[in-house]
Amino acid sequence: MNTTVQTVMKKLINTPERVVRDALEGIAVAHADLIRVHFDPDYIVRVDAPVQGKVGLVSGGGSGHEPMHGGFVGMGMLDAACPGAVFTSPVPDQMAAATKAVDGGAGVLHIVKNYTGDIMNFEMAAELADADGIQVASVVINDDVAVQDSLYTAGRRGVGATVLAEKITGAAAEARMPLAEVQRVCEKVNGWGRSMGMALTSCIVPAKGSPTFDLPADEMEIGIGIHGEPGRRREPLKPARDIVEELATPIFEDLPFNSGDQVLAFVNGMGGTPLIELYIVYKELARLCDQRGLRITRRLIGSYITSLEMAGTSITLLKLDDELTRLWDAPVHTPALRWGV
Amino acid sequence: MGCAGPYASSEMGRVSDSVPAASSSGAGSDPRLTSALVIDFVEGVAAIIKAERQYLTTLDSAIGDADHGINLDRGFSAVLAKLPEVADQDAGTILKTVGTTLVSTVGGASGPLYGTAFIRAGGALAGRTEFGADELIAALDAALQGIMARGKASRGEKTMIDTIAPALDALKAARANGADLLDAIHEATAAAKAGMEATIPMLATKGRASYLGERSIGHQDPGATSAYLMASVLQDTLEHTLTREGGTSHG
Repeated sequence: MNTTVQTVMKKLINTPERVVRDALEGIAVAHADLIRVHFDPDYIVRVDAPVQGKVGLVSGGGSGHEPMHGGFVGMGMLDAACPGAVFTSPVPDQMAAATKAVDGGAGVLHIVKNYTGDIMNFEMAAELADADGIQVASVVINDDVAVQDSLYTAGRRGVGATVLAEKITGAAAEARMPLAEVQRVCEKVNGWGRSMGMALTSCIVPAKGSPTFDLPADEMEIGIGIHGEPGRRREPLKPARDIVEELATPIFEDLPFNSGDQVLAFVNGMGGTPLIELYIVYKELARLCDQRGLRITRRLIGSYITSLEMAGTSITLLKLDDELTRLWDAPVHTPALRWGV
Repeated sequence: MGCAGPYASSEMGRVSDSVPAASSSGAGSDPRLTSALVIDFVEGVAAIIKAERQYLTTLDSAIGDADHGINLDRGFSAVLAKLPEVADQDAGTILKTVGTTLVSTVGGASGPLYGTAFIRAGGALAGRTEFGADELIAALDAALQGIMARGKASRGEKTMIDTIAPALDALKAARANGADLLDAIHEATAAAKAGMEATIPMLATKGRASYLGERSIGHQDPGATSAYLMASVLQDTLEHTLTREGGTSHG
């Protein structure tokens, strides 16, 4: 008889109701040199916002994916991030206020992950910002190849490519590209990036107190999203090399990744998987890329877009050209990503 | 039936046990509805959402992300705190306040959807402290159109629309056949329940449940369920109001 891994909530929290607020207060005191946290409506904004003459970048989504998005606010990346309740999209008031706070006169780009709630709340926020006379464009990130049939779904989810899009688009904005160009770069990252994830365990939304789904100890969920929502299919646990092949193959096949292409390989932890395992995943991914003649010229390994304490991984491949490579390498200084400064 | 939540038997039981209130309004009569009824309705919705919060969240765990009950309860708790400020206003103002409060506090997909529904219904009843059955139906129609536009969804996609659209059809059909408002609302609530249950075998093509593909089949949609809860509260509220106000409700 299989037993589920965890049924009692054991978390380092004060009360379930205060999780997001307490974490935001922690981020505020931890990173006061880089960001400010505004409460009611809640948003995290870079300390020097609005940067005059620069396109403002605003993203947001449910909490529980840390460091995304708040950890990516700062020079060379986002101007503001709007955290919702755990796994729940933020409300329009947050994005509207954040948009106003970061508008430096060059317009604001919303980077939105493709989830029904996120789309609708950002749409309503854009309507409010428009009424304030702020020029807003938006890009919807939808890189998850686990969602196959777009005609019969809400469309592919936005997952790992979001992190890469926020970094690369942030560099484009920092270089003072105009709004239309910044939007083009973001769309290019989305068009050239593909992801797929898997879970070894479920996770517990604090306000709910029990696992979002039951996953027997010897099974895994393939094609998982980032909200603890069950994936496409459940299978017996396998060695890492087989799991990585199951994740990478649909990615390889979805984009015309061709032999000789340069790619950025992003191996992401879902929150409960240690780095030692992510490096095993990376090794297997590098082997598969090599077999296909893909050259990994940039890489990111770590837990950047998480699902609370879920154990598991997601793989993202982004095709690179000179422009994307240059923007990826550009300086960034945020709580969660920092180089070149 | 196998799908009824803990509320369903008691709700339906209460309805069938109650004395028909048809005495209050014969066919073709038009009861006068008031802002007070709107307040009662909203308070009733807040109460049932709180009571069924766990049930809605459990339904959402199966095919969504386990937050539907939590989010709606947070929103309607905020609405309850706000209601006293607008209690003496017209029905349109009350409904708009409910809608904007939901938009500002719920998040997810249900915030914009229910928020838009209440805002649109408020628009249909703008400035009205009293209104009749036809205006009530027009407000419900506006709410449904708002949900469909905001969610870019239609019937048969395993959403709240599958509860609301057939309920509204039944309400209009019953009125067209000369039923009084209470009889019509009973038919509408029955249609809402059937619509909710009809989401069980459906394949979700909108919202987060759609990511499950075939695995969404066999689960009742949480949004369709919260919409049914609201329909049942509307029925109870009308029944209570029209029965209580008896003879004065003749148009």
